[in-house]
This record gives sequence, structure tokens and C-alpha cells, in this order.
Amino acid sequence: MAEPLLELRSLRKNYGALVVTDHVSLSVRPGELHAIIGPNGAGKTTLIHQVSGMLPSNAGQILFAGEDITHLSMPQRVKRGLARSFQITSILPGFSAMENVALAVQARSGSSFRFFGNASQEKGLNGTAMDCLSEVGLGARAHIPAGLLSHGEKRQLELAIGLATKPKLLLLDEPLAGTGHDESQRVVETLRRLKSRLTIVLIEHDMDAVFSLADRVSVLVYGRVIATDTPERVRENPEVRAAYLGDEEMV
Amino acid sequence: MTELTGTQTAPAPSSSMRIDSIPLVLFAAFAAAPLLASASGAEGYVLSLLTRIMIFGLAAMSLDLILGYGALVSFGHAAFLGIGAYAVGILASHGIEDALIQIPAALGASALFALVTGAISLRTKGVYFIMITLAFAQMLFFLATSLAPYGGDDGLTLPNRSLIAGAGLLENDYAFYAATLLCLIGAYLLSRAIVTSRFGRVLRGTKENAVRMEAVGFQPFRFQLAAYVISGMMAGLAGWLMANQAEFISPAFMTWQRSGELIFMVVLGGLGSLHGAIIGAAAFLLLEEFLPEILHAASFLLNDDIRSRLTENWQMVFGPLLILIVLFARGGIMGLLRRPHHG
Repeated sequence: MAEPLLELRSLRKNYGALVVTDHVSLSVRPGELHAIIGPNGAGKTTLIHQVSGMLPSNAGQILFAGEDITHLSMPQRVKRGLARSFQITSILPGFSAMENVALAVQARSGSSFRFFGNASQEKGLNGTAMDCLSEVGLGARAHIPAGLLSHGEKRQLELAIGLATKPKLLLLDEPLAGTGHDESQRVVETLRRLKSRLTIVLIEHDMDAVFSLADRVSVLVYGRVIATDTPERVRENPEVRAAYLGDEEMV
Repeated sequence: MTELTGTQTAPAPSSSMRIDSIPLVLFAAFAAAPLLASASGAEGYVLSLLTRIMIFGLAAMSLDLILGYGALVSFGHAAFLGIGAYAVGILASHGIEDALIQIPAALGASALFALVTGAISLRTKGVYFIMITLAFAQMLFFLATSLAPYGGDDGLTLPNRSLIAGAGLLENDYAFYAATLLCLIGAYLLSRAIVTSRFGRVLRGTKENAVRMEAVGFQPFRFQLAAYVISGMMAGLAGWLMANQAEFISPAFMTWQRSGELIFMVVLGGLGSLHGAIIGAAAFLLLEEFLPEILHAASFLLNDDIRSRLTENWQMVFGPLLILIVLFARGGIMGLLRRPHHG
């Protein structure tokens, strides 16, 4: 079996006595789409924050491509190929969709300590940005201020920004949150296309999407991973069913 | 799809050109003003008022670079005016009167002060940033009041304006006016280039959403610090001009009230447009200059006693007036200028 691209070794996060991430160990293989599911409050977003570098961990180790990144800052992790999207949309509302993505391209191509030349006219940056926008189906909306896009389009824009950093691994925090049926279909299609090129860690509540996309699923309950397996076997796991008891989506 | 992008980008250049005509008119007016000044019969007064407006415009614009484009509310920007001014005074009192040495010294000292205080201040955010920049400026203010060899509290009168390569060109008020205008235009063009550049785009992005910028791989701190240093250097240049205009320096150049006035000028003119800050500085200084006379003329119906008290305490009207302008003209004067073009 290939060496894991991302490996968490008994990662821990607590706020005082409240343990949010409880000795989580997880390995993500290169090329797979690894979903993390769990009831509300299970600590999924906290885990993503820890992996992406937004929150420090109290104990444990994060290895990315064989390298210990536990103590690196978020920008340093992004430079190594670890990109993320946010559950609560995080974009630059005053910038056009194109410029949102072009900035992500700019971050990895050449120095940004350039004080002359109009950045918004740089063909190299805009061309790549346009490719990323087209990939998520936002090509026609490139010049709209991002703040004026619909909620679903903003979710797609998040995805395009993530892609523009040329990641090896993309951490997606509920990319379908709050999207309508058509929009979520579009995002699922985009993810299906991307999964052949990228390793993806997906947190999602939409179980249809999770079970149709994921290669493996980890179930997080009260900060602990109670199962990691193929979608079919996770669905049959009695412990998982118990954790989700009463949650109709799971049935 | 190419058609679609074509039609959507088309309106953008024309609207930006409409707004771009404002700085052109502004600088043309500054360039033409000396001609009118000589016709007015009070050229000394008009020239010195306009020179003062341009110097404050330069200082306010330097603040707009970090406040309007980086959302960094520096409440200690007058410190850089002081550094620029004391570079003139201290060097002149040791016999170094040449601008070719004084200006690099003023810029270097401003850059160093900005680098050290910025590296500390930028670790804080919001109100804490405001307070810590104020604290650093106050430290410098009290340092200046204790500099007995350079006048202490009372300040220091300069023997003459700075020389340029040994020649006393700046003694002529017209020449000094031209030099100030050149500095202002140069700083404007530089700032304009910076805000549209790659660097400026990162700065603007950080203002909108710093977490997003980190999540695409930028370290906002480095960009904010560089912008703070550039802004400080521009304000330092304004300080050099200010000392030369007054032929006098004193700690009063860097009081916290002065820092507050600079913020007010930027907000009054309109945040984040650069030339708005210059217009704000002009509006502020012209009001300050002419409000007593306007009040005197406008209160002709009142009895003489009240009339003279009103004129004497013109600041009681000045303050509320500024507050009303900021409250009701959102986006400042630039906001008012832009509005008719929309819709």
C-alpha cells in the first residue's frame, strides 16, 4: 500500500476540560476521496481547522507527504499543497470572482512584493484563474463582484479558490452547506471530476453525496474516530448506526 | 462566453476614467493656482495656505494608503511628521542644511521607526492597534519635548530653508510651492502604482478577509508591515516639507490631536481613493481658515456681542459640522462626487 499523503497521529484538541478532538488517528491515501461524517458537534470542523493550521493542536502529530507539519502556519501548509475551503463562506466580497481566484494563483507564482504593474491585467494569473473558474462552472460569472454571487455560486467560488492554489490535498468543509438541489448536483459533479486528479478530504452532511463520492468514510463521534471503512461497510457498522440513531439520513 | 466577458468588462474602464479625471483636475488646479495667487494681491498668504494644504494632503494620503487600503487605523501618524521635521532641525543645527542629505535622513529615520513600531503594533488588531500606535507617537512626542539642545518644548527656529545641492532655491515661495507639488504628485503616482500592483492587491485582500488570504498562502503581516513602512516614509517627507515651510520645528508637529486631524481628513475626503485624502485635507484646512469669517458674515442678524463670541469660538461650529459631514456624506467628499454618475 502506498504511503499515506496525510496522516494524523493521536491528534488532540481540548478547551479546558472539554475534549473536542480525542486522539484522532487517520490516514488519507493518495488519490482517494476520504469523507469524514459525524453528528453535529462531533468536532469535524475543529479537526479541519487543526489540519489546515488555523487552530493549534494540544498533542499529536500531523504528517503531510511524509513531513511533520504540526507546527507550521496555515500559509506554510498551503505552500506545501494543503488547501481548504470553509464551512462558512470565506471570500473577498469586494473583489470580482476572477480576482478572488487570481489572488490564489498569485500566491504561488512569483513574488507578491511587486510594487509596479497592474496585477488585475496580468494575463498569466487571469488565464489560470479562468481555467479554475470554468472547472467549477463559474466561467460566465468571472467579472461579477464575489459578494453579489448567489450562495451556491459562492460555494463554487470557494472550490475554485482552493483549486487555484494547486493543492495535492483539498480539505472541503461542507461544500454543499446551504446549496439548493441543482447547485449541489453541480458541486457533486465537479467533485467527481476532481477526484481523479486530487486527494480530497470531505466533510459533509449530505449522505447521498458522501456515499456516492467517497472511497472511504471515517465516522467521528464526540471527537473520536469510531470507524474508518468503505462506504458500504460503514453503513452496516452497528456502532455507527447507534451513533446516528434517529438520524433518518443514515437509514 | 468571450462575448459575455467583453460586454461585462466594457463599462469598467469608462467609469474608472470618469473617476480618474478628478485627480487630473485637482493637480491642474494646484499647478495653476500660483498664477491666480499673484493676481489676487495677497500672494504670500495664498501661496502659503495652498502649500500647507498640499503638505497635509501628502500626509493624509500616506495615511489613506494603510487606512483606506489596509484598514490599519494608525492613530500615531503625526509621529512621522515629527520625525521628518526633526530631521531638518537636528541636521540644520549641526550645519547640515542640504536637502540631499536631509531627505534621505528623514526617510530613513521614518522607515526605521515604522519598521520597529509596526513590527510590534501589527501583532495587535482593532482598538489595540489604534492604542499602540498612539502610544508610540506619544513616546516620540515626549522625547521631543525633552530634547533641550533642539529647543525642547519651545521648538527650534531654523536659520533658513534647506539647500538643494548647496543652492538656496527653496527660499523663493514659488519654488518651494513647486517642490511641494512635485513631491505630492510623485507620492500620488507611486501610491497609485502600489495599490494596483500585486503587492497592493494582497493588501486590499487582507483588508477584506485576512483569514482567506492566509488560506491561499499569504502571510498578511509582511505585507501590512511593508505598507506601514512606505506610508511612514511618505509622511516623513511631508514632515520635512512642513518644517521647511514654517522654518520652525516643535513637538507640536506630532501631537495626538494632529494624528486625529489626519484621520479626519482621510475620512472627510473618502477612504481608499488616495486623491480623496488630498481633497479632505483641503476641505479641512480651508474650513479651519475661513469658518470664522463665514460665521461672522452669516450671523449678521444677531447682536454684536453674540456675533463676536460666535466668531471667536468658531470651533464650536467646526466640530459638529465635521461630524455632520461624515454622518450624512457616507464615503466622504469622494462619495458625493461619485454618486451622480451611478444609476
